[in-house]
This record gives sequence, C-alpha cells and structure tokens, in this order.
Amino acid sequence: MAAENATTIDPEDVARFSAIADEWWDPDGKFKPLHRFNPIRLHYIRDRICTHFGRDKQSLRPFAGLRLLDVGCGGGLISEPLARMGADVTGIDASERNIRTAQVHAKQGSLDISYRSTTVEEIAATGESYDAVISLEVVEHVADVDLFLDGCAALTADNGAIALATLNRTPKSFALGIVGAEYIMRWLPRGTHKWKKFVRPSELARGLRRNGITVEDISGLTFNPLNSEWQVSGDVSVNYVLFGTR
Amino acid sequence: MTTERFDIAVVGGGMVGLTLALGLEGVGARVAVIERASLTDMAEASFDGRGSAIAAGSQRILDGIGLWELLQADAEPILDIRVADGASQLFLHYDHREVGEGPLGWIVENAHIRRAFAQAVALSDVIVFENTALADARFEARSTTLELVDGRTVDATLAIAADGRQSALRKLAGIEAVRWSYPQTGIVCAVTHEAPHHGIAHEHFLPSGPFAILPMTRNRSSIVWTERNDLAPAILELDDDDFSAELKRRFGGFLGDVRVGPQRWAYPLSVVHARDYVAPRVAAVGDAAHAIHPIAGQGFNLGLRDVAALAEIIVDRLRLGLDPGDTEALMRYQKWRKPDNMMMIAATDSLNRLFSNDIAPVRMARDTGLALVNQLPPLKRVLMRHAMGLVGDLPRLTRGEPL
Repeated sequence: MAAENATTIDPEDVARFSAIADEWWDPDGKFKPLHRFNPIRLHYIRDRICTHFGRDKQSLRPFAGLRLLDVGCGGGLISEPLARMGADVTGIDASERNIRTAQVHAKQGSLDISYRSTTVEEIAATGESYDAVISLEVVEHVADVDLFLDGCAALTADNGAIALATLNRTPKSFALGIVGAEYIMRWLPRGTHKWKKFVRPSELARGLRRNGITVEDISGLTFNPLNSEWQVSGDVSVNYVLFGTR
Repeated sequence: MTTERFDIAVVGGGMVGLTLALGLEGVGARVAVIERASLTDMAEASFDGRGSAIAAGSQRILDGIGLWELLQADAEPILDIRVADGASQLFLHYDHREVGEGPLGWIVENAHIRRAFAQAVALSDVIVFENTALADARFEARSTTLELVDGRTVDATLAIAADGRQSALRKLAGIEAVRWSYPQTGIVCAVTHEAPHHGIAHEHFLPSGPFAILPMTRNRSSIVWTERNDLAPAILELDDDDFSAELKRRFGGFLGDVRVGPQRWAYPLSVVHARDYVAPRVAAVGDAAHAIHPIAGQGFNLGLRDVAALAEIIVDRLRLGLDPGDTEALMRYQKWRKPDNMMMIAATDSLNRLFSNDIAPVRMARDTGLALVNQLPPLKRVLMRHAMGLVGDLPRLTRGEPL
C-alpha cells in the first residue's frame, strides 16, 4: 500500500499541506484560541468516556481499543490526542484540504489515524458505527442541524457514546462569542460564526433523543479572564458540551 | 547507531533530575536519563559530603515518588531551629510544635539520598545512559534529538536540563544565565558528638558567614561552615585536632566532645539564575535554573518544587494525549516556578549580605529584627510554613496527593 501511495503523492502538494499543517498546529498562530480551548474539551471528553466505558482516566492510554469517530476533524487537533490516548481514530471532514493537512501532520508524528474527506450523511449511509462519536465546534457550521444529528446518532454504536460541543444561541453568546471573540479579542477571524446558527442545548438534546440517545450531561465551558484558563462549569450560556449514550 | 524515542529525556542524574524521572516513569511515561558519571559511583560516600535539608513539602514529594521509604532510616527529623547572631544573645527560635505538622524537615546525607535513587531507578523502567556526556542537541518543531559523546542519540518530546549550575543543555538551548560569586567558601563535614543534638538545628551568623550545625542520625551533625575565601584554604589544611578546636571555638561546648569525620569538602559559593527556564523543547530545573546560597538550606527543596510542578504539567498533558513539551506547557512551568525561585534567591542573598559582617549598626538592626520576629507568633508561623515549603500554589505531589 505504501508503494502504491508513493506514486500518487505530489511532493509539491505535500509541501503545501505541510505548510498549512504548521499553521493549524502552531500554538501561537492562527489557531491559538483552539489550542487554548483544547485541553478543557479533551478533559471533559476523556473523563466522560472513561466513566462510561469503565476506563482508568489516570492511564496514559485510557482509550486503548476504542473506535472513535471525530466528525469535522479539521487539521486533527482532537483526532491526534485521541489517538495518543490509545483510540483507533477515524477523522472525517468535508474539506479535502483539511483532510490532506491532517494526514500530513499525523504522518510526521507517526500517528496511525484514518482520515477521510466525507460528510456525516455519507458515512452514516455505509452503516458503520463507532464506540464514540465526537464532534466539537462543528454543528454551528452545518447547513441542516437535524440531518447532522441524525447522522451522528446513527454512527453511535449500541452502548456507545456521543459528545458534541458548540455555542448556545443567547444574548451572552452574541456578546462574547461574536462581538468579544471576533471583534474585541480578535481570537477568531470576523465572520467565523453566524450567531443565528448557534444551537440551543434543548435543540441538540431533542435531535439526539429522537434518535434513541440518552443525554447524560450538559456542561458549560467558560473562560476565566482572571487566570486565562478555561473551565467546566454549570454556565451553558456560551460554549457548552453535551454527552449522551445509547 | 539507533535512536531511541522517549517522552522525556532528563539530562543529569542528580537528585532533582531523578525525582522527575521516577515521578513520570511511575505514571507510565517513557523516560530516559543521561548522566556523564554513573549513578552507583555518585552514591559513593566520597562523591558528595553534603547533607540536604528536606523540608516538609519536599518529604511529601519524595514520598509520592516512592523514595522516602528507602530514605527514612537515614533521615533525622529537625524539631527545632535556633538562629543566633554571633556571640549576641538574641536569637530566633522555631519550634515544630508551633506549626503542628510534624517535624520542620529532615537532614539526610546526600550519599544516602543518591544511593536510594540509584536503587529506585534500577527497579524502574527509566532507561539510563550512563558514563556519557551530551555532545550536541538539535531542537526541532515536535521533539529534540540529543547526541551523546558515545555516539548514541536520544529523541524526546521534551528534554530536561537537570545538569546543575554549569548545565550543558542550558547552554546548548541558548539560555543565558546571570551569575555572581560570593567571597565565601562552604566547608562541609560530619562530626560525631558526645551529647545528643535533640533534633535541634543551629544557625550562627558569624562575621565570615553563616555557620550551621544540622542534626543527623546516630548522634552526628553535619557542619556547614561558610568562611571567607582568603581564610578557607588554611582551615581546610588544619589537622583533625586543630580543625576540631576551630569548630568548637565557633559553636561552643553544648555538644560535648566533638570528633571530626574522615573527610572535609569545600564548595565555592555562587548564585546562578537562568534568564529563562524554558526554550523550545527544553525546560531547566533545579540548579540548572537557579543555584543559590546554602544559607537557608533551600537549594534542593527549590529543585524538588520545580520538578513537582513540571511533572504535574507534563502528566496532565500526556493523560489528555497533548504535547507535553509545547510552548503552552513550557510557559505554564516558567510562570509557576520563576517568581517563587526569584524570591528565594533574593531572600538568601540579602540574608547573607545582612549577616555576613560585623558592622555594629547593621548588627543592632538585624538583632532587633530577629527579636521582633520571635515575638510575633503569627509572622513566625508564616515564615516557618514558607521554609517548610507549604505556602503558595502547591503541586499535587507537594500536597501529599498522587501525581
């Protein structure tokens, strides 16, 4: 397989994607806010999945043997840590550019991750299922939230788990998520988010319950400006994460 | 030559570096240690004649990595600290009962500590590259490659400079250090005495510098005698009888007859402080980051606090599948440790300057200060808890929790 690949890889292409990967993975670069936000998201997911599957969260490879799907994986900022935690990871993204970027970066780090450029509907149609489906900061960008949730739920195996993170549609999320993050702090490029597309926890929960998912927890992820740290909290008015099981 | 890959490569197999190595190995990280000598040679009594003051917080760290059980039998608790200014009667008195958290600390001979480390490392999965020095280091985006003099190479996500005040890795990483020397030499030896020490540590501020008598096991004490550089060589040359007489002249007769051990060591005293504790893919700990005056017996303790903090940062990231050596992790370490260490450098430096002289007005002022502190129990308690390493933003290991 390696030999076959060798003939189809365009070295210029690799250089281009490797440059984009450097951008994605520079903790002080364009994606700095995501890097700062990443540990708390992973923390939440690690703890919940460990509890659900009876894994030891103190272990360095708590997810050994679990098959995880990262929906909207981007450059692999979540897929790579999940793989290092021992999981068998599939990352999907609608953008071919993101997938190529993620592939190049995983290869540089000798990580074995299966990246595919596809959509959640397409992959759901194949009848595949995963121990856990994870999709972070994606649902607020999709065209049809219900269709997206149907797909994610269908991909969640029996006794499996699902974790979704997004932004709530509240006045506060407009103030912090749009005005604050894009205009004042300049954490994100203007136009990254459309407030109208933010999703209320009730809408997420409804879409999942309809598909046989039990919502186990909804928690807020809040930024503490005093110590510049993110933390898990009860305040779901801006960033929040939902954990469900089937 | 093959390259071995590790999460963490610790350069320097001293007491601070090995604490980090054992702590991280204990939670499942792949750890290498590179040491130019050998760990067993370093545990020989002739290698290092010093004793270390292990503060209460440090004891918890050593307990947390499983080392304390190997050390306990050789550790003498410090129950009481008495500070006196020369011949003056004024002194400061720290009694462990005022804090109520067990002994103030322990004195253990470094040879015992090093032996315990060598044993613990032999029983662990830490890979040791001994008898070989660091030849070069390449710092890359996601890892660092250490080239050893014997031709082997070690690849690690993060390299730790734990190779002392002259740290080779610190230099290779381009980290500059500020340094100054004291016109003082630390003379170190062990004495056996007639009368029991009752677990009391004495610090006498003499005009040449602090003179400490630290309680050790089996009715012995460790002497740390700070002497002017111009006088030190002559003192080191004295025969045992004259040397004992000089000692006794300095600390009086309260320990009865005193017999000096077979060896004396001399250490030049200086301060080295790294401008940064971190560089891409490198973090400096212990003396490689900050070597201080031994006046308060805090050097080893600061190093242990560094590694307790760094170990926590590293393991928290490894457990989330995150890079333990990226900028975020490194900056967090520097932010956590640098202010505390700078404060201790400043405090030990001022203490030394304040007390290592015999200028009458200065002496009067400092004696009033000592007496005042002694009369203010709340202030005294804070100072004691600080010296015990129980103040500030404490890492899990220092709080007595598992890593």
